[in-house]
Amino acid sequence: MTEPAQWLDEDAGPIVRPYALIRGRTRSSGKMLDLIATVSAIGDPPDGLGPEQQLILRVACEPITVADLAVELDLPIGVVRVLLGDLLEGGLISVKSPSAARPRANEGILKEVINGLRAL
Amino acid sequence: MDSGLSEDPVALKILIAGGFGVGKTTLVGSISEIKPLRTEEVLSDRGIGVDDLDGVEAKTTTTVAMDFGRITIREGLVVYLFGTPGQERFWFMWDELSYGALGAVVIADTRRLTDCFPSVDYFEQRGTPFVVAVNCFDGADQHSVDDVRIALDLDTDVPVLLCDVRRRTSAKEVMVTLVEHSLRTLTTAG
Repeated sequence: MTEPAQWLDEDAGPIVRPYALIRGRTRSSGKMLDLIATVSAIGDPPDGLGPEQQLILRVACEPITVADLAVELDLPIGVVRVLLGDLLEGGLISVKSPSAARPRANEGILKEVINGLRAL
Repeated sequence: MDSGLSEDPVALKILIAGGFGVGKTTLVGSISEIKPLRTEEVLSDRGIGVDDLDGVEAKTTTTVAMDFGRITIREGLVVYLFGTPGQERFWFMWDELSYGALGAVVIADTRRLTDCFPSVDYFEQRGTPFVVAVNCFDGADQHSVDDVRIALDLDTDVPVLLCDVRRRTSAKEVMVTLVEHSLRTLTTAG
């Protein structure tokens, strides 16, 4: 007889499920954040923030994109968006959308990208 | 010129599209530093033809990995690659992904050329600059670039090139061709 499969420790998944972190919400109340929008922490974090939000503020002390933040935190992108939405509402982060400000990047940057790709 | 903003980090977005199993993941891996980005939607093509869940998208909330890679050109200038989800019910994801994108690579497999029709249509309609990269699988017919262009009914200015997405030099050529095309589109438009 083989033992029934058992999930132990980390194999069993996170103790707190991702969506419990954001109290079951799947959509942020504000505008959908672009995956490459840049997030920066601003202001002093108040008491009572959740550990994930504190972590975001620490990681985002240097500007970081939403996608990179999700990788850093190892959380699904939707969960990160909701957490960021809360922080934005609380005035604790600023978000810069590259898409809105610069729809297609400027000529100089594109030439730099072409040269950079060739040099890879 | 956007003087004063030059110190801000610049993030550019390139989409990698095409049918299931055509080589999107391989292309991203050949050229960029792959990152484990998870998304809460079902973005794989596993359900095609089986789970036509029209109108009940909320039912599918499995967390899956998304093709995501980054190429650091220099400090403060990063190109992000995102694989587009294959299933038609995720068009809303495409809208979000393609917003502000520099351009797109549509990978085509000549054995299943029809698989890339939706991607070609989508980027044509959105006005997103794109190139068609014909992935030359082992044993696949080496259709000429012109044949593919005719079969896909592409505008003459859309670059079509043969590639082997497993090879870094080939993947590089695809990316350079795309950014050059985006640059041409930009300078022609402006």
